[in-house]
Amino acid sequence: MPVLVLEDIDKTFGGLKAVSNFGMTLEKGEIVGLIGPNGAGKTTVFNMITGIYKPTAGKITFLDQDITGLSPYLVCQRGIARTFQNIRLFKGNTVLDNVRAVYHPRSGYGLFDAVFRTPRFLKKERQITEEAMELLEALGLKERAYDLAANLPYGAQRRLEIARALAGKPRLLLLDEPAAGMNPAEVVRMVDLIKFVKEKFDLTVLLIEHQMGMVMRLCERLVVMDFGQIIATGLPAEVRCNPVVLEAYLGKGATVA
Amino acid sequence: MGKADSSKKTILLLAAAVIIYALIRTLEAAEFINPYWQRVIDQALITTMGALGLSIIYGFTGQFSLGHAAFFGLGAYASGVFDKTVGHGALPMFLLSLLIGAAVAGLMALIIGLPILRLRSDYLGIATLGFGIIVKVGMDNSSKFLPILGGATGMSGTPQVANFDWVFWFTLLVIVLVRNFVFSTYGRACTSVREDEIAADVMGINTTRIKVIAFVLGCALAGLAGGMYAHRYPFLHPSSFDFLKSFDFLLVVVLGGLGSMTGTVVTAIAWVFVLEGLRMVLGEAFIDFRGVIYALILIVAIILRPQGIFGGKELGFLVPKPMGSQAGGKGGVNAGTGA
Repeated sequence: MPVLVLEDIDKTFGGLKAVSNFGMTLEKGEIVGLIGPNGAGKTTVFNMITGIYKPTAGKITFLDQDITGLSPYLVCQRGIARTFQNIRLFKGNTVLDNVRAVYHPRSGYGLFDAVFRTPRFLKKERQITEEAMELLEALGLKERAYDLAANLPYGAQRRLEIARALAGKPRLLLLDEPAAGMNPAEVVRMVDLIKFVKEKFDLTVLLIEHQMGMVMRLCERLVVMDFGQIIATGLPAEVRCNPVVLEAYLGKGATVA
Repeated sequence: MGKADSSKKTILLLAAAVIIYALIRTLEAAEFINPYWQRVIDQALITTMGALGLSIIYGFTGQFSLGHAAFFGLGAYASGVFDKTVGHGALPMFLLSLLIGAAVAGLMALIIGLPILRLRSDYLGIATLGFGIIVKVGMDNSSKFLPILGGATGMSGTPQVANFDWVFWFTLLVIVLVRNFVFSTYGRACTSVREDEIAADVMGINTTRIKVIAFVLGCALAGLAGGMYAHRYPFLHPSSFDFLKSFDFLLVVVLGGLGSMTGTVVTAIAWVFVLEGLRMVLGEAFIDFRGVIYALILIVAIILRPQGIFGGKELGFLVPKPMGSQAGGKGGVNAGTGA
């Protein structure tokens, strides 16, 4: 059973066709890269999967259930988590609270328990805190649990976004340029980290990335977009030599040296 | 360990409260505090309760509300009318009337919040501004449909059963309950909505629901404070609940620092005393200059300290417990100042 199926997705903003006739299937346990020049519509695809945008046409199926047009919080509760291209942490909150916030829909206690601090509240809170701490430890953030998210260095903020996404116990993880702005050494560490969380949390991963080094090292399969459409799919090595892809990135007449 | 820590913090809070209570009581017995200043103290505490409500709405959830005094007024009138006509000041009736004040304000907030809170925070500001004006006009003309409300001449006759003891312990209760709310998964959901609504939504938080909960709860607290007010000050007048009064609450929350209960409590109390202090310093002839002076205070404070006096920090004993296996003596969830 495929994890995610997108069928004939269109998205128009006024007269602009941001995405048209987009289709793809993700199998369980895959790491697939979504690449393409700036403005190709990659993030728009993410926004449609996570419910921020409703597709103008088409159908999105997640684990055999239609999730087209579902509100973002419901999509998340079904098991899709994401990170953002321009990091969107809860900056004024602590690192720990960034992760713990995600437990809200399944905290296991109600408003009454919270306000009167019943035994159930204390028990569940301890559980949530322990789990969140484990996550932070797995991503090397435990020492900074009580710092404000805004005060973390850039790389750690990227890791925290992943930790926060994982707190929702997702089946599918969408990463929007996780290595943006990182130096080569940091990119290598990010690749290892993504492989590690994918195995540890039994995930399927779809990522948008511009750093070809990262894409080649990480992805089993690539989908290339340009002007809102898929222009190529295949193994990283194939896509790299595909003339259509080279043209999209570098202009007509480009070849691999 | 966590549990012991938690009760230690609560005991500390209670101990501090008992000391303050005893101090005020002693000063009162020694006739150092006359009934006039006793009223000012009670007013400060009642304002604290109401301001904590707005603190939840604006400080913690980031929803801009300009009509807080209207909810305060609704609570005052609802509670006052009930006790005047039905309760006559009997203790259970007094408590019931407080509950009614809170419920009426909360219900109104629900009715307004459900449609508006789907939108961005700015729209709530506009809607509550309008609501505040409607309530004020309604109060001014209330005698036309319900003579007992007194209309523009005001309403008196609510049994004056709330004394310092009631006001003080109720305020403490409200502080503790608000603290518990803030340091729960609800409070964290609120702050995540404040920090980034889209991210909160994508992370599985039903943002509309959280905003409605925060708004209703905050307005219910205003209603509760209003109910207490009606039982402490014999004369309710529509002008006590107008836009300027809403602005007072807003000022307290912003000046104290958004996302800080400590800031709200300290500023609310200080604010009432500053207003009274100005009345004495300026004398009757210049009383209108208070408006100028407090606008100046606000401007200077915001220039010097844009994050507010406490800037999102809490005193240690207002943080229930560090919650977490290795938090140690770190002070708590978003505590930076420590005790």
